[in-house]
Amino acid sequence: MTRRKFLRAAAGSVAVGGLGFPIVLRAQQGPIRVGHLTPRTGFLAPLGEYAVMGARQAVDEFNEKGGVLGRKVELISEDSQNPGVAKQKVIKLIEKDKVDVLIGEISSASGLAISEEAQRYKVVYINTGFNTDEARGARCQRYMFHVEGSNTMYTKTVGRWLFREKKINRWYFLTADYAFGHDLYRVSSRFLKENGGTNLGNDMIPTNSPDYSGYILKLKAAKPDLVYINLAGVDQTTFLKQYRDAGAPFELAGGVMDTQPFWAAGIDALSGHWQSLWYHELKEKGSPEFTAAFRKRNGRPPENQAWGEYVGTRILLQAVQETKSTKSADLVRYLESGASFDILKGRRGTFRPWDHQLLQEMYVVKVKDKARMKDQWDIFEVVEPVPKPGESLELIQPTKEENPCNMPAV
Amino acid sequence: MLPMSPLIVLEHLANGIVVAAYYVMLALGLSIIFGMIGVINLAHGAFFALGAYAALVLKDAIGFTPALILSPVLVAVLGMAIEALFLRRLYKGDPLLGLLFTFGLAMVMEQIIRIIWGAAGLPFDAPAALRGAVHMGEFVYSRYRLFILGAAVAAIMGLWLFLEKTRFGTIIRAGTRDGEMVRLLGIGLKPVFTVVFGIGIALAAVAGALSAPLAGVHPAMGTDVGTAAFVVVTIGGLGSFWGSVLAGLLVGEIVSLSILLWPPAAQASMYLLMAVVLLVRPRGLLGERWEKFE
Repeated sequence: MTRRKFLRAAAGSVAVGGLGFPIVLRAQQGPIRVGHLTPRTGFLAPLGEYAVMGARQAVDEFNEKGGVLGRKVELISEDSQNPGVAKQKVIKLIEKDKVDVLIGEISSASGLAISEEAQRYKVVYINTGFNTDEARGARCQRYMFHVEGSNTMYTKTVGRWLFREKKINRWYFLTADYAFGHDLYRVSSRFLKENGGTNLGNDMIPTNSPDYSGYILKLKAAKPDLVYINLAGVDQTTFLKQYRDAGAPFELAGGVMDTQPFWAAGIDALSGHWQSLWYHELKEKGSPEFTAAFRKRNGRPPENQAWGEYVGTRILLQAVQETKSTKSADLVRYLESGASFDILKGRRGTFRPWDHQLLQEMYVVKVKDKARMKDQWDIFEVVEPVPKPGESLELIQPTKEENPCNMPAV
Repeated sequence: MLPMSPLIVLEHLANGIVVAAYYVMLALGLSIIFGMIGVINLAHGAFFALGAYAALVLKDAIGFTPALILSPVLVAVLGMAIEALFLRRLYKGDPLLGLLFTFGLAMVMEQIIRIIWGAAGLPFDAPAALRGAVHMGEFVYSRYRLFILGAAVAAIMGLWLFLEKTRFGTIIRAGTRDGEMVRLLGIGLKPVFTVVFGIGIALAAVAGALSAPLAGVHPAMGTDVGTAAFVVVTIGGLGSFWGSVLAGLLVGEIVSLSILLWPPAAQASMYLLMAVVLLVRPRGLLGERWEKFE
């Protein structure tokens, strides 16, 4: 063969090869689309920011390793604002953007609206941020799964600890006046009653309240052992600061704890024992790596909402990978099958088949001594995982009697 | 049901005065802008937020109290620039134009704050000297809230002295009453408008800076507060100085009392009061009749 012929043949095969590969790729379907809804405006917006960062990190990590089933993963993230807008956007994500799966939401009111559409369109939806028991109970959906903890989980985690360690049983409640707050109050007041405690009173407070001084006056008059706050997002921050300014006369705990509002309040406003779904100083396998990578990408550590989106996205993509399918029915069956997932905690997580709640540990945390903080984010010491190793994960879950759920067939 | 002892009611009433303090500060700024220029400043809440963020940035460098003074000055300068460059051109047209402009301005400002400082709330602590509680007999007050009360009283008195006792203040009051006449007397009103706008914005900004230690700072902090300012101004009478003060006090007390008696009504109570006032006395409690509006 002459040199010219050889070069022509080589060029030809490279050209064919070059053309061939795109053809091969094009023969596969387009990207796997993950639709993400989270509030970017309003009192939950600060948490929504972390949610987006967590979801993006999960998607980027999968894409760096070659995607899922050879396909790239695409994240389409929308601001869910309020329940009405959330409903419109989920319909848009499904009908226009043709997403394969859905993830997200922090507001219980919006989350319930989203779950109804997800059920109607039969698209799998993983709840990464809203807590109302109702979503695991009376309004459970076959296509919705919960990575986020329920109000009962949060309440039982800190409540059992408070009763056991501190014998605290006269509570005064402050409750956010919307779906989440009402549900949390129902669950926490019931818990108090079942454990022989006394309910000294409850105030329903509109969200976005700037001024808690009146409510603080009232709870001072009631003289409880514990003030239990069922507030979320910015409201939590505002209350913590004003409570500190008023002298923080009584022990404080609450039905939900998101690290971001606590960071926003500043260490001087914080005290007491709280419960956490996940915390960035956990040493359990996977957590330090996630935290380090997040810190590098975003210049600050992740908090539990970022963890929620990160773990939820990974679970969804693992399900697609394992079932080799994006068909919702296949994914539902896989998630219900007892498949276990690495959730960056001591124990792996599995979904409870009858209410789709991820069974997992939570943690009792204690506000750190200011002098011992490593940096502005190091506000907690982890006291213990709940349930403890060896104890059943069902201990902090609502029972079938407490929160019945009847799901339609797939 | 809590015991409704006289002491408890009194405590809530006393608390109401402190709540009123910053409603008054917001309302005053809005009132002079409307009274003098005739512009409804829907961006008032955004300037409130900007004042808080400016104070946040300054306080670590120069201390809390200097930040409290410098922040409104800087924000007012920005406000005056916006007035001179943009708002001024809309005075001659439909009043709706000014309103639309300030509406858009509010949204743009909130987004800019979000871009610069992020969507999450940032912590803002009062200086150590102002933390903790003060005991006055049976009453316990947050020291910082008493400071706000003092600052609000100082601002109100300062503004009143300015309006009543200085020549410039007299021009402002005259311009509010009858702009045409003032112009005929040969006094150019354009720079006066700019200064009035600046004063109104300065009041919003200082209210924002004062409120930052109470509730932290976050980009949307101006929205609800801006609405409350409008309610107070409407109740008191647009353009009326003492009307804003009286209405601020009333709103502060009504909100405090509803928290005691029926919390779900707390936010709604001020709107209810506004509705009643509009039905019974549309010009507001101390509002004056103006030719331009009647």
